[in-house]
Amino acid sequence: MLPYTPYSEILEKIKSGEVSLVARVENFLERIEKKKHLNAFNFIFEDAIEKAREIEAKIHSGSAGKLAGMVIAVKDVLSVKDKPTTCSSNILKNFKAIYTTTAVKKLIEEDAIIIGKTNCDEFAMGSSNENSAFGPVLNPHDNTRVPGGSSGGSAVAVAAGLCDASLGTDTGGSIRQPAAFCGVLGLKPTYGRVSRYGLTAFASSFDSIGPFANTIEDIASVLEVISGHDENDSTSSRLPVPKFSEELTFPKDRSKSSENMKIGIAEEYFGEGLKAEIKDNINQIINWLKNNEFQIVPIHLPHNEYTIAAYYVLTTAEASSNLARYDGTRYGFRAPEASSLIDMYKSSRSQAFGSEVKRRIMLGTYVLSSGYYDAYYRKAQKVRRFIKEDFDKAFNEVDVILTPTSPTTAFKIDEKSSDPLQMYLSDIYTTSANLAGIPGINIPIGKDSSGLPVGMQLLANQFEEEKLLRVSAFIQNNYLRSLK
Amino acid sequence: MHDKYEAVIGLEVHAQLLTESKAFCGCSTKFGNAPNTNVCPVCLGHPGVLPVLNKKVVEFTVLMGIATNCKINSRSIFARKNYFYPDLPKGYQISQYEEPICEHGFVEIELSDGSRKRIGITRIHMEEDAGKSIHDISIDTLVDVNRCGVPLIEIVSEPDMRSPEEAYLYLSKVRQIVKYLSICDGNMEEGSLRCDANISVRLKGAEKFGTKTEVKNMNSFRNVERAINYEVERQIEILEDGGQITQQTLLWNADLNEVLPMRSKEEAHDYRYFPEPDLLPVVVDENWKKEIASGLPELPDIRKKRFTEHYQIPLYDAEIITQSKGIADYYEKVTAVTSDYKAASNWIMGDVLKVINEEKIDIKDFPVSAENLGELINIINKGTISGKIAKEVFPEMLKENKSPVEIVKEKNLLQISDASELENLVLKVIGEHPSEVEQYLDGKEKVFGFFIGQIMRQTGGKANPKIVNEILRKKLGEKKIK
Repeated sequence: MLPYTPYSEILEKIKSGEVSLVARVENFLERIEKKKHLNAFNFIFEDAIEKAREIEAKIHSGSAGKLAGMVIAVKDVLSVKDKPTTCSSNILKNFKAIYTTTAVKKLIEEDAIIIGKTNCDEFAMGSSNENSAFGPVLNPHDNTRVPGGSSGGSAVAVAAGLCDASLGTDTGGSIRQPAAFCGVLGLKPTYGRVSRYGLTAFASSFDSIGPFANTIEDIASVLEVISGHDENDSTSSRLPVPKFSEELTFPKDRSKSSENMKIGIAEEYFGEGLKAEIKDNINQIINWLKNNEFQIVPIHLPHNEYTIAAYYVLTTAEASSNLARYDGTRYGFRAPEASSLIDMYKSSRSQAFGSEVKRRIMLGTYVLSSGYYDAYYRKAQKVRRFIKEDFDKAFNEVDVILTPTSPTTAFKIDEKSSDPLQMYLSDIYTTSANLAGIPGINIPIGKDSSGLPVGMQLLANQFEEEKLLRVSAFIQNNYLRSLK
Repeated sequence: MHDKYEAVIGLEVHAQLLTESKAFCGCSTKFGNAPNTNVCPVCLGHPGVLPVLNKKVVEFTVLMGIATNCKINSRSIFARKNYFYPDLPKGYQISQYEEPICEHGFVEIELSDGSRKRIGITRIHMEEDAGKSIHDISIDTLVDVNRCGVPLIEIVSEPDMRSPEEAYLYLSKVRQIVKYLSICDGNMEEGSLRCDANISVRLKGAEKFGTKTEVKNMNSFRNVERAINYEVERQIEILEDGGQITQQTLLWNADLNEVLPMRSKEEAHDYRYFPEPDLLPVVVDENWKKEIASGLPELPDIRKKRFTEHYQIPLYDAEIITQSKGIADYYEKVTAVTSDYKAASNWIMGDVLKVINEEKIDIKDFPVSAENLGELINIINKGTISGKIAKEVFPEMLKENKSPVEIVKEKNLLQISDASELENLVLKVIGEHPSEVEQYLDGKEKVFGFFIGQIMRQTGGKANPKIVNEILRKKLGEKKIK
C-alpha cells in the first residue's frame, strides 16, 4: 500500500509548481490507454484535460475547491449530465444522462476532475465484473483473474494507477469485495450518509455510494465531500457530517484512548469456506492489534447464517421493481421487430438484459407475488431486523468489528460464472453491513502465496465512519509500514 | 321480481389534488399545457431519480380524513404498485397499501324520504397519477406524461350503499366535501374525480354478499348512476335465470349504454405491492394534525343547519345555497349588505343560478358582486325602484359590474313615489277613459288592472305601484259616491 502519497501532498506540489496538473492528467490518460486490456473504463472523458487547465489556473489563483485537481473515475451506474450512463447494460447502451448524481456534483463543485466512467457488473449485479455488456474487467495483479464486483472497474482504476480515487456503489459488498481482490481501500458508508440521487437503483434500501483509493487520507477527503443530506433523497441523513479528513489520528496518548477502542471478532465470520491463507493473515493482524493495545473482544452475530438468503430475497424484490422502467418505451433499447406492446416489453427486456439481471428480476418478481410475499419478502424483512439487532448488541460492546472481506482471494475468470450460488457466497462477509445499514471498509493487509491481495473488513455502527477511518489509518501507518 | 333483491355497492373514488406541484417532484400540475412539458428526470422515471414527498399532499389528505370522520394514522407508509404500461414511466405507481394515512371514517347522505344514512369509509390513501395514453390521434399510441406524478387520493367506501341512487348521493357528497375543502375541483368529465364501483346483488334479508363485479370508466355523474343501474339489473337477470355471477372487471361504455368485460389479460394483474424503499414513513404528529385541522372550513351539512337557524331561510333554500361552497360564501357576502335574507336566497336560487348554469361558469367568475346584489335588494325594499324595474337593472349589472344605484340614475329608472305627481296622472288617465270608468262603476273590478297598466305604461313602469294603487282606488271610489 505504501509508498502511496495522499493527494493533499500532491496538491501542495501542484500549488508550488513542482507538479503540473495538466501533465498529470495527460499521464493518467496515457496510462489508461496503456492499460486498456484491463477494460476498467466504459468511457473516458476527453474533456478532462481542459478541466485540468481550468482548475490548475484556479489552484494558482487560490480559488480552487477542496479536491482541486484530484482525478476521479466514477462507476457507470452514476448519472453524469450529457455523458453516457449505461450501467454496463445493453438496455442503456446509447443512453445519456440528463442530470448529474449529487455525489458526483459535489466532487465537481470541489474541483475534482472526473476522468471517466468505470466498467461494472450489469446494474451492479455480480461479484466478479463478468456480467458486463462491455466485457469482463481483468485483475491487474493477475490478468487471468477477476477484479471482484460489482464495482470492478472502479477498484482496478485505483489499483492500476489510472486515477487518484474512484466512486463505486455497494449493495452487498460491491465496493469492499473488489477492493479486497485488487488490494485497495474501499469504503461503504452508512446507508443514508451519501445521497443516492443519480445512482441507478439496484436495491434501494441497500445501495450506497462510496470511495476507492490507495490512501486512507484520500478515502476520508472524498467521503467528506460526498456525504450529507440531499433534498433530492429523502433517505439521506440530516446528521452533521464530521470532518473525516481530520479524524485520522487517535488522540496523542493513544495507549490510553485505545482502552476504549474495542475490536470485536465474530466467530461466525471465520467458519467453513474461509481460505486458510486469509485466515492466517487476519490472525496475524489481530495479534498485532492486540500487541498495540487494542482490546480484542469475541462477539456473536447469531443470525449471520441467514444473511445471504435474506439479502437475495430483499435485493431481488427491490431490483425487480427498480428495473421495470427499462421497458423499451421511453429510452434505452427497444426491440425493433416487436409486434405488440407486450411483445415489445418481452423482446426488449429479453434481448437487452444479461442473464444475471434476468435471474434476479425473476427471483424478485417471484418473492413479491401474491401468495409468496409472506413466506419470502415479509420473512426476510424480519430476518433483516434480527441482523440489525445483532449488530446493535455487538456495538454496545465493541467499537468496530474485524472480519475477512471475502472468503477467497481473486478467483479465475469463468471459475464461478456458471454457478450463481458459489458466486453469491463470495459476498458472505459483506452483505450483512447492507442489511444493517452500517458502514464497512476493506483494508488491504497483505498477499497470499500467489501474490494476490488479501483484505480485511472493519465494520462500525451507523454513522461512525470516523472509527473505521481512525483504525484504518493506524493500520496503514504502522502495520503496513512494518510489512514493507 | 326486482323487489326480491337488493344491491350492495361500494365505491372507490379517486380525487386529483389541487396542489401547485406534483406529489414527488417540483413539476407543475397545471392542466392543459403542451404534452410532455410539465416533466423532469424524476417524473420521467430516469435512472437514479428519487421521489421527494410534497407536504401539501399529506395536508390535503389529512384534511379530507378529518372532514370524513377518519382516524388519522400518525404513521403511514408508501408502497409500490407494480405494473407495466407505457404511461407509467417507472413501471410502478407510488401508492399506499398496508398502512394508509386515513381509515375508518364515514359520511352521511340524505335519502329522498328525508332520512339520513351513514356510509362508511374504509380508507383514504395518497398516490400518484399515471400519464395519459392517447390512442386516437395517430397509428401509434402517444404518451403524455404531464399528469404523471400528479397527486391523487383514493377514497374507498364500505359496501354500504343499497341502490344506484345511494351511490349517486354518496358520490355527490364526496364531491361536495372535496370542493368545500378546495382540495379537488371535482370535475368528473375532465377526470379530476374518478369513480369505480364494486357491485353485487343478494336476496333481501340475506346476510352473505353475492359475487361482485367491478365497473370502471364511468366518467360522469349521470354515467355512474346509469352504469350501476345497468349492472344491478344485469346481475339480477342472471340470477333469475339460474345463472351465476362471474367475478370480473367491466368497463362502462357510455355510447352503447352497457358494460363490457375488460380483456382478461388486462385484468390479470398481480401488483406485487411492497413498501416503497425510497420514501420515509409519513409521520403526522398531534401538532401537525391540529395545524391542518385549523384550516378546516365549515362543512356543508353544518353550514346548511346554520343557514336555516341564523338566516331563517327554508331548509330547501339552505340546501340549494350550501350545495357549493362558493355559492354559500356568495350568499353570506350578500347578507352582509342586506338583512332581507329571504330575498337574498330568492335572487341567488333564481337569477344568479340561472346565469351560472346557463353560462356554465363558476360563481367566482359571476359578474355581479355580492355587494351590488345586496344593494339591489336594499333599494327595492327602500322603494327606490320596484321589483319589476329591478328585473331590468339586473341584466345591466350582468353586463358590467356597476352599482345598481348608478344604473338606476343613468337609465333614469327611479321610482315615482311623489303622491301629487301620481295623483295628477291618475286623474288624467281616468279622464281619458270614461267608458272604462263606467264599467268599473258597474262592478267590473277587472278594469282596475287596466288603469294600473295605463299608468305604468305612461311612466315606463316607474310609478310606485303601492301608491298608485291607493290613489286610483281612492279616486275611483270618489266617482262611485257621486
